[in-house]
Amino acid sequence: MSHEITYTPSNAFTRWLDERLPIMGLAHHMLEYPTPRNLNYWWTFGGILTFCLLTQIVTGIILVMHYTPHVDLAFNSVEHIMRDVNYGWLIRYVHANGASMFFLAVYIHMFRGLYYGSYKAPREVLWILGVIIYLLMMAAAFMGYVLPWGQMSFWGATVITNLFGAIPLVGDAIREWLWGGFAVGNPTLQRFFSLHYLIPFIILGVVVLHIWALHVPGNNNPLGISVKDKQDTVSFHPYMTVKDALGLTVFLLLFAYFVFFNPNVLGHADNYIEADPLQTPPHIVPEWYLLPFYAILRAITFDIGPIDSKLGGVIAMFGSIAILFVLPWLDTSKVRSARFRPLFRQFFFLFVVVCLGLGWAGGQSPDRTIFTSSEVIGTYESAAEADAAIAEAVSQTDATADMFKKHDVIEGGVYGVEVERVDYAFDVASLSLVLTILYFAYFLILLPLLGLIEKTKPLPESISKAVLAEKDA
Amino acid sequence: MKNEALNQAARPCVFTRLSRVAPYIATAAITALGMMFLASVPAKAAGNVELKHADWSFEAPFGTFDRSQLRRGYKVYKEVCAACHSMDLVKFRNLAEEGGPEFSEAQVKALAAEYEIEDGPDEYGDMFMRAREPKDPMPAPFANENAARAANGGAYPPDFSVIVKARSGGADYIYSLLTGYEEPPQGFPMSPGMNYNAYFGGHQIAMANPLFDEIVEYEDGTPMTVDQYARDVAAFLTWASEPKLEARHQLGFQVMVFLAVLAGLLYFAGRKLWADKH
Repeated sequence: MSHEITYTPSNAFTRWLDERLPIMGLAHHMLEYPTPRNLNYWWTFGGILTFCLLTQIVTGIILVMHYTPHVDLAFNSVEHIMRDVNYGWLIRYVHANGASMFFLAVYIHMFRGLYYGSYKAPREVLWILGVIIYLLMMAAAFMGYVLPWGQMSFWGATVITNLFGAIPLVGDAIREWLWGGFAVGNPTLQRFFSLHYLIPFIILGVVVLHIWALHVPGNNNPLGISVKDKQDTVSFHPYMTVKDALGLTVFLLLFAYFVFFNPNVLGHADNYIEADPLQTPPHIVPEWYLLPFYAILRAITFDIGPIDSKLGGVIAMFGSIAILFVLPWLDTSKVRSARFRPLFRQFFFLFVVVCLGLGWAGGQSPDRTIFTSSEVIGTYESAAEADAAIAEAVSQTDATADMFKKHDVIEGGVYGVEVERVDYAFDVASLSLVLTILYFAYFLILLPLLGLIEKTKPLPESISKAVLAEKDA
Repeated sequence: MKNEALNQAARPCVFTRLSRVAPYIATAAITALGMMFLASVPAKAAGNVELKHADWSFEAPFGTFDRSQLRRGYKVYKEVCAACHSMDLVKFRNLAEEGGPEFSEAQVKALAAEYEIEDGPDEYGDMFMRAREPKDPMPAPFANENAARAANGGAYPPDFSVIVKARSGGADYIYSLLTGYEEPPQGFPMSPGMNYNAYFGGHQIAMANPLFDEIVEYEDGTPMTVDQYARDVAAFLTWASEPKLEARHQLGFQVMVFLAVLAGLLYFAGRKLWADKH
């Protein structure tokens, strides 16, 4: 449903301009661009995301006027923004929470695409451009988190750049090239700053392509059927602009709640401690929106043939994003919308749960037990006595030393060391592995198979007919 | 024909049909509940001990600082904590600014003048000492980290400029820690020179119990107890970490009201606009 530009210049100036640069025609096309009349509020997130990107760019440009990218000055320059720059606290909290809101919106936007089959023909390129934007967003967010030069900035940068060290043969060279030295340091901070400023403008460019690729086939819609005639559409303005504006305003209420009333809840307290290369924090965790990938990274705890566990984790993590690029060809069903795919619909919601589960697992310590079959063999006065008890138990039974766990206990003002024999434990690492397998199974097994075996519901004849039928019901 | 059928029907539009908006309302409700859950999970110190909670005046969405509490807290910081802990990012002038302890300009001048600072070079190229002015930072007790460690048995007393933001649990953590000194449990393996604290990770802290009843003189009749000192200094440190908290709460209220009204207007505008489309 390619849309013709019907603009005719109305006065001498616009006629003159139109012959040289048909920009008024483009604007006219954007405003009267026909959109399916049945779009619901999940379709307002495209506009919301555009707003998020522009907000990040504008607040970022202002922050740069006051920020100093140097290991000795970065931390304090951020606090200078918070304390001495007029409304600096507002600009920084909007930028920091804006990243979280950007990801919240992009996840909703992506799950909407998955649910309604927006990635299927003829919108494959539109989808792929979206995945590229998402990848660039993750790079920008990761580098941005390094800039305040707090403990999580430094150690997050160390963990992520070390991943590249897992690549065989060239890993170490790539890592040093990324660092600009032999560890994360001032050159790393400065190049991350430079790239953090560059990437949003690349994103902006890809967003233009994304919108272009949208305007060729036109929007998908909740029914997933193609637009047939004018009855099926309304013009973008004012019908969709008013809906987008309402969606955006409600979204901004949530955004404002975080900025004004809970600005640090989505961050980590350790990032208000200046980076210290000599002191590793007890738990290094990325921002919430990267946690599912962190869980996948840590899920591979075993070697697979020549691939050691570290490289395996890195491959799984990058693979979990790479697989999105080929999604349009993995899904074999011709029916787009989940409304007419009863089986797919149930698996989709399970997939959402798997992703949320991975997010939870990424935030936990990998050896945290979820359920366990164990027995307390006794409580001892000191660690030495506990060790002796373990040694005795190992010599008398067929249990091995690594099955025993010691915990400090304080009861009624008396200290003791409790010894527990763990016969079976299902921990966060095991859960991560199960969820990682399910994540890949969704794309590699389920989607190709469902299209072949699923009996879909009958599709409505047209969008307008369906809208009317729903009304009469 | 088809066109007429679409336009004639006086049908409730997308904005009026509850079944259409129900999924969004449900999603919003789940998000809101999730956030409340996140906010209500009692903060835990390292080592999974539940922190003590005090009713802070600044905590609620429209909360403000209690001026006299901030002034008392400053006194506790100045007379007790400042012996070891610096506050490099806080300047004396901040003490007079709106939304803080709001001392008068004259009081701040006098407070600053109690300390000296090195300045210079003068016209002969020499450094010299002068009294601190409101533009100067709070004095640091040690020249550098090594000097601080040497004076504290190897431990480094952290700077207090953003300490409340740098500890999970925030003000509750500071309050719990300062009131958490107790006798170690029987048989607890204490390292030499360490002190037992119920709320510190691993329970062993290098800092000795800093607060005792009546250690700081309050002139306004507030009880001079460890508990009160701990609350007051935790409130003061919260202000030091977030000096723009009151302005943030105030602007936040205005923004929320604006957005809520705007959402209402857009809702009715959309309803009118879409009336003949659905």
